[in-house]
Amino acid sequence: MGKTIAQKIFDAHVRDTPTPENVVLDIDVVMCHEITTPIAITDLEARGMDRVFDPTKIKAVVDHVTPSKDSKTALQAKVLRDWARRHGIKDFFDVGANGVCHALFPEKGFIRPGYTVIMGDSHTCTHGAFGAFAAGIGTTDLEVGILKGVCTFRRPETMRVNIVGQLPVGVYAKDVILKIIKDLTVNGATDKVMDFVGPVVDGMSMESRMTLCNMAIEAGGTCGICMPDRVTAEYLWPFISDDYVNLEAAVEDFKKWHSDPDATYSSEITFDVSGLVPQVTYGFKPDEVKDVTEMEGTLIDQVYIGSCTNGRIEDLREAAKILKNRKLAAHVRGILAPATPKVYDLALAEGIIKIFMDCGFCVTNPTCGACLGMSNGVLAEGEVCASTTNRNFNGRMGKGGMVHLMSPLSAAAAAVAGKITDPRLFLD
Amino acid sequence: MKEFGGPAIVLDRNDINTDEIIPAKYLTESSKAALKPYILEDLNLAGFDPHGESLRTARAIVTRKNFGCGSSREHAVWVFEVNNINLVIGESFARIFRQNMFNCGMLAIELPGSDIDTIISLGNKVEIAVDLEKGTVVARGAKEVSFAFQLNPFDLELVKAGGWLAYADKNY
Ligand code: SF4
Repeated sequence: MGKTIAQKIFDAHVRDTPTPENVVLDIDVVMCHEITTPIAITDLEARGMDRVFDPTKIKAVVDHVTPSKDSKTALQAKVLRDWARRHGIKDFFDVGANGVCHALFPEKGFIRPGYTVIMGDSHTCTHGAFGAFAAGIGTTDLEVGILKGVCTFRRPETMRVNIVGQLPVGVYAKDVILKIIKDLTVNGATDKVMDFVGPVVDGMSMESRMTLCNMAIEAGGTCGICMPDRVTAEYLWPFISDDYVNLEAAVEDFKKWHSDPDATYSSEITFDVSGLVPQVTYGFKPDEVKDVTEMEGTLIDQVYIGSCTNGRIEDLREAAKILKNRKLAAHVRGILAPATPKVYDLALAEGIIKIFMDCGFCVTNPTCGACLGMSNGVLAEGEVCASTTNRNFNGRMGKGGMVHLMSPLSAAAAAVAGKITDPRLFLD
Repeated sequence: MKEFGGPAIVLDRNDINTDEIIPAKYLTESSKAALKPYILEDLNLAGFDPHGESLRTARAIVTRKNFGCGSSREHAVWVFEVNNINLVIGESFARIFRQNMFNCGMLAIELPGSDIDTIISLGNKVEIAVDLEKGTVVARGAKEVSFAFQLNPFDLELVKAGGWLAYADKNY
C-alpha cells in the first residue's frame, strides 16, 4: 500500500516506537528564537543539562522583538546569543543579519525535502512548503530537541487538499488559504498533516507555497506539505548544487518523497479557485472569513505588511503595484516590515522601498514586531488594522485592537482607500 | 504520581486560544512564576472574571472543543501550573497544547460533549477527581457522576514519568 509524504518522512526518521501509535523521530533541524528558547536554555542550565545534541543542526535567530525594546527583551536576546556562542552554534542570526524565522531559514537553504524540522513556534508548518515534515512544538519538546535531537509525535493522518482551477487576477495564495480555513474551521485539520496538491500548487512559487503552508496551523494542522518539485529544486539550487549532477537529477531525487498515488488519506477535499475573490477575516478567529466585497467600507487605522505569512519579496512586489504613485489615506498609518535583510535588500534594489516610502509608509527593520503585538506598531484600544499576518485573535496586535487578515494586495488597497476595499479595483 | 483534580471552573466555549490564556506581551517573562497573575487575562467569555474567586480556587478546568489553539507557547500550560491547575477536561484539544500538557506531566482529558454537558449541569460548585489507573473522572456537584476516559498510552507514560524531559533523558 502506498504512503503519504509524512509517512515516508516518519519511516526514515524513527528512533523509537514506544507504542504503535506514537513515534520518536530523529530531527534534522531544531530552530530557535528568542521568545520560546531562553526559558528552555535556563531550564536546561538549572537541571545541569546545558548541552546541545549537534550545534550544526541547531539554527537560532532573534526575530520577534529586535533590536530589543526593553530590558526584558534584551535579556531574552542575550540568553540566546550567549548560548549560541557557548555551544558553537554558527547559524545564529542577530541584529543586522536577522529576520522573521520562517522567512529567513528557508532563504538560507536550511530546509530540504524529507527533513524533520521542529521549532518552538506554531508557524513552523511553513517549512512543509519544501516537502519537509515541520511542526511547531512547545518548550519542553524544544529542550528535548536541543538535548537529544529527537521529538515525539503521534502518527499523523493526512488530509489531501487538491487545489484546482485558475487563480483569478488579484487573488493569491493568502486568499486560497483563508478560504480553506473558512471551510475547514479552526479545528478542521487538528492532528492532521495537510498535503497541498494539484495544478494550482504546482504553479505556485516557493513564496506562495510558504504562505499556504504557513496557515495550516490556523486550521489546527500539524504541518502543511507541498510535494518537492522543480520549483523547490530551483529555489534550493544554490545550496544543493554540489549534491546533484544537475537540476534534473535533484528534481528526480525529490520524487522519492512524493505521496504515493495509492496512499491512504483520512479525507480529501478538492477546491476550485477559479471563482475565488479576495478574502478578509472579520472576527477574532482565522476561520471568520468573508469575501472582500462583503467587508467593503470597513474603516481602518493602520496597515501592516510583513510577517512570516506575507513579508517576502513577492508580497512586497504585489503591494507595490497598488501603492505606486498613490498616497496613504489621510487617517491611515502604514507599516512595512520586510521579512528578512535579503527581502529588504531586493526591495531597495527594485525601488519598492521607495514606492512604500513615497506612499507614506514607515519601513521597519526585519522583525515580527506588530504581528504579535509586541513592538513596531501595536494597536490602541478600538483601533483597526488591515494586516498581511496570520492571526486575528482578540488582542493579538494590542489589547482591544481588531485585526483583519488579508493578502498584501488587499492590504495595499486598504492603505490607500482608508478602508477595506476590493483590490482588483486598483489594478489596471 | 501527582494528584489531579479538585474544584473546577467551567469555560463554556469552543476554540479558547493561547493568546486568551496568556497574552503574548507576557512572553518576555523569564520565569514561570511571573506568569501567575495573568492567567486567562484576555479570555473573551461573558461573565468570566479573570480575577474572580472561582478561578483563584480552581484546580481543574472544564471546557469545550479545540482548547489551546493558536500559538505553541508552553506558557499557556505553565500559567495553569503556577496557579495549581494541572487538569483540563475538554471535548478536544489543539495538538501542541495537548502535547505541552503531557510533556509537563499534566493531564488533558477528552470527554464527549454530552459528558461535558452533564458536568456543566452540576452547577457552579463542582469537584473533579481523576483515577488514572481506572481511567475514570468523577464529578461532584448537585449530584455525583462518573465517566470513563481513555488516554493515549504514551501520554500516560509521560504523566507517570513526570514529563517528556525526564522520559527522554532516561531513554534516549
Ligand atoms: S511573524 Fe508573526 S506569526 Fe510569524 S513567527 Fe513572527 S510572530 Fe509568529
